Amino acid sequence: MEFKLRVWRQRGLEEKGGLKDYQVKDIQPDMSVLEMMDTLNQKLVESGEEPIAFESDCREGICGMCGLVINGVPHGDQPGSTTCELRMRHFKDGQSITIEPFRAKPFRVIKDLIVDRTSLDRMIQAGGYVSVRVGSEPEANTHQVKKPDQEEAMDAATCIGCGACAAACPNGSPMLFVSGKVSHLAKLPQGRPEAARRVQNMLSTMFEEGFGNCSNHYECQAVCPKDIDIKFIARLNREYIKSLAKNEEE
Amino acid sequence: MILDGKTPSGPISEKWDKHRFDSLKLVNPANKRKYTVIVVGTGLAGASASASLGELGYNVLSFCYQESPRRAHSVGAQGGINAAKNYQNDGDSIYRLFYDTIKGGDFRSREANVYRLAQLSTAIIDICVAQGIPFSREYSGLLANRSFGGTQVSRTFYSRGQTGQQLLLGAYQSMQRQIQEGKVQVFGRREMVDLVLVEGEAKGILVRNLVTGELESYAADSVVLATGGYSTVFNLSTNAIGSNVGAAMRAHKKGAFFANPCYTQIHPTCIPFAGSYQSKLTLMSESLRNDGRVWVPKEKDDNRPPEQIPEQERDYYLERKYPSFGNLAPRDISSRAAKEVCDEGRGVGKTGYAVYLDFEDAFNRFGSRIMEERYGNLFDMYKMITDVDVREEKRMCIYPSPHYTMGGLWVDYNLESNIPGLFVLGEANFSDHGANRLGASALMQGLADGYFIIPYTITNYLARSTPGKVTAENPEFASSKQEVEDRNKKLLSINGSKTAHDFRIELGNVMWDNVGMSRSEQSLKKALESIKKIREEFWNNLNLPGSDQEMNQQLESAWRLSESIDFAFVMVHDALHRDESCGCHFRTEHQTPDGEAKRNDEEFTYVAAWEYRGADSDPVMHKEPLEFEEVELTTRSYK
Repeated sequence: MEFKLRVWRQRGLEEKGGLKDYQVKDIQPDMSVLEMMDTLNQKLVESGEEPIAFESDCREGICGMCGLVINGVPHGDQPGSTTCELRMRHFKDGQSITIEPFRAKPFRVIKDLIVDRTSLDRMIQAGGYVSVRVGSEPEANTHQVKKPDQEEAMDAATCIGCGACAAACPNGSPMLFVSGKVSHLAKLPQGRPEAARRVQNMLSTMFEEGFGNCSNHYECQAVCPKDIDIKFIARLNREYIKSLAKNEEE
Repeated sequence: MILDGKTPSGPISEKWDKHRFDSLKLVNPANKRKYTVIVVGTGLAGASASASLGELGYNVLSFCYQESPRRAHSVGAQGGINAAKNYQNDGDSIYRLFYDTIKGGDFRSREANVYRLAQLSTAIIDICVAQGIPFSREYSGLLANRSFGGTQVSRTFYSRGQTGQQLLLGAYQSMQRQIQEGKVQVFGRREMVDLVLVEGEAKGILVRNLVTGELESYAADSVVLATGGYSTVFNLSTNAIGSNVGAAMRAHKKGAFFANPCYTQIHPTCIPFAGSYQSKLTLMSESLRNDGRVWVPKEKDDNRPPEQIPEQERDYYLERKYPSFGNLAPRDISSRAAKEVCDEGRGVGKTGYAVYLDFEDAFNRFGSRIMEERYGNLFDMYKMITDVDVREEKRMCIYPSPHYTMGGLWVDYNLESNIPGLFVLGEANFSDHGANRLGASALMQGLADGYFIIPYTITNYLARSTPGKVTAENPEFASSKQEVEDRNKKLLSINGSKTAHDFRIELGNVMWDNVGMSRSEQSLKKALESIKKIREEFWNNLNLPGSDQEMNQQLESAWRLSESIDFAFVMVHDALHRDESCGCHFRTEHQTPDGEAKRNDEEFTYVAAWEYRGADSDPVMHKEPLEFEEVELTTRSYK
């Protein structure tokens, strides 16, 4: 297969970037998009040009590191997959493919297709955990958790923190990411004691970082590589409202 | 030199308890904040260590080459984590987990360490559940278990097929909480490029800032390495493409001994190799072997599609050869058996290097709902990669791939290396899995080391040292910086014609062909010669663009590869000297008549710890004899 690529090139933070055209040939249909980029980079290095900087690590859809906007869609338009899982057989031979970095206000471009996503960590720091200290853990079967609750918590917990939700959202909101953590922990008895504090702190950090709010575009759900359901945003909202009532009680 | 593993005396079940009271000093709670600990790596071992040390009140500086600690490759572990809870009432116990692990490792691990690991396994599940990790449950609301290769009890806890991810997020979240508390500081996009010793003790590291290219010095009172294994020496493996042996190798070059580097595990159930463009191989969780049946055609070169091969013309070779463990035979045995049938010309798939993992019976027995619940995400993953839907085909093609490395930096019972103040955790150390690791034991070991062992043992070291004695101004940092700078400059000035990627493939092929699933004196000697040639050519013909003063991913690859080449040399030396077969180390000269690994306990019941003597010299071996007080060394049989 062969493709016409338009790839975002940017030397560094705060520098002006732009799209550059490349032509790739001899692409196998079973290659992933990243393996196609590898072969392009190999060619660039051989011909003395600067290779394209992009990130990836596990290359099996779980580390959350890869993340490219492919023809306008974060991770491409194959549902439920990360960029590294997307294979070239998904495209038509000869097709043009535009590749850009994830964009949202706090995702600053570091170089070419690599962006700064540390803001996602800071939202977890704000409360995305259970405050348990090693040593103080009760026996594991002390609390029973209804199987459907555990399953729902797991559905929310499968988030890989890639940030595609924010990149797809017209408001630049990572609400699906936040709702995943809030719902995962809110569904389990271990997470209840801190539920109110957690949702408030994570949301306020989200705004402080410069992300937008959710206004129900559903774009996040469409691109989420782990198919995380938009219903978790509804749960987050419910947790948030409950937390306000709790404030008054206190 | 004979190395002392510092195994405590007394009955095996009391060693850890007694040791903590008798030998390990404590640091006064008010003084803990005066100590700084560097933790390199944020996988299960590193993240759990950072979290628990932070909780105790130490200042932790945590480093990872990824941007966020949550991306470390523990996240890729699928199957589960073992613990001797005996929730199934099926005869499990701490002693049985201990015995299974020692036996699984083919009696080449340190007995006391393994027992401690089994003892701590139950507390790991407790802390993980308390953190909110959504382990799979039964309808009663209680925790569910499944069985895993190499055992006859059901002791594996799991979160669908994403157990590693969930456990890592648990440790990561605990660590994030400590960041909020001001006890842990994370330095992402930093690669450790040197270990800094002051007066012979580990007191800091040098890292390359992967964004700016700057070399940064960090001083501390102690250094913990949790930097994972070295499977990428084979190029294609199930590891992340960034996983590398660089940090461990730099410590090795500074004097830390590398133990049993020839013990490398080849995982039996991965998606087969498909073409030279491939950047990695993808694991299909071993849990699939619970319900899947492995087979190849009985006849050579049988090209019929699998559904046209009748039952009696299929060879379910694991069930045939190992009737009591069947498809759940340990990893090393299953992998070699697959290689054997493919070498005979009975392999299937595009390349003939694959075997079937068949779910037809399982679908009939359980129905698609239960199969979906158990393996849905794995079937999705398989389809995404190969374009084949297991739900329709009822089977997949698998082949072994490098996956985990049991060898690592040598540590004593306290997980301290031979360099005082340097501790090594998780896959980066060597002590618990011997010559072969059982499934669902890596997560257990990483978390045992980080949550429950290092907090005690590092305290013992810190209590004997003055806090803040060393700063980044010490001259040792400057000289280390100079050395790394020179090395980078040298790499960048070669101006040759082959890229780091070319060399990585070349080295990987040499290692896979000659030091992979089976080895012989001849193949190993050939590998040594090839590695020397690759090193020679690498330093004379590397094409490396860009500079070291900026983000330069090619430089990162070249740096890692240069360490990988030096490491391969040590690994092959170890494989060559170990003139026996044990666990995953299969020397073709030493096998039983039916092709099983044949140990030589008389001569090789020891740990081989290698000392680095420079790139052009052969490494020197030191021994730690392995003494078994508790178990009797038997021939491992899974028949």
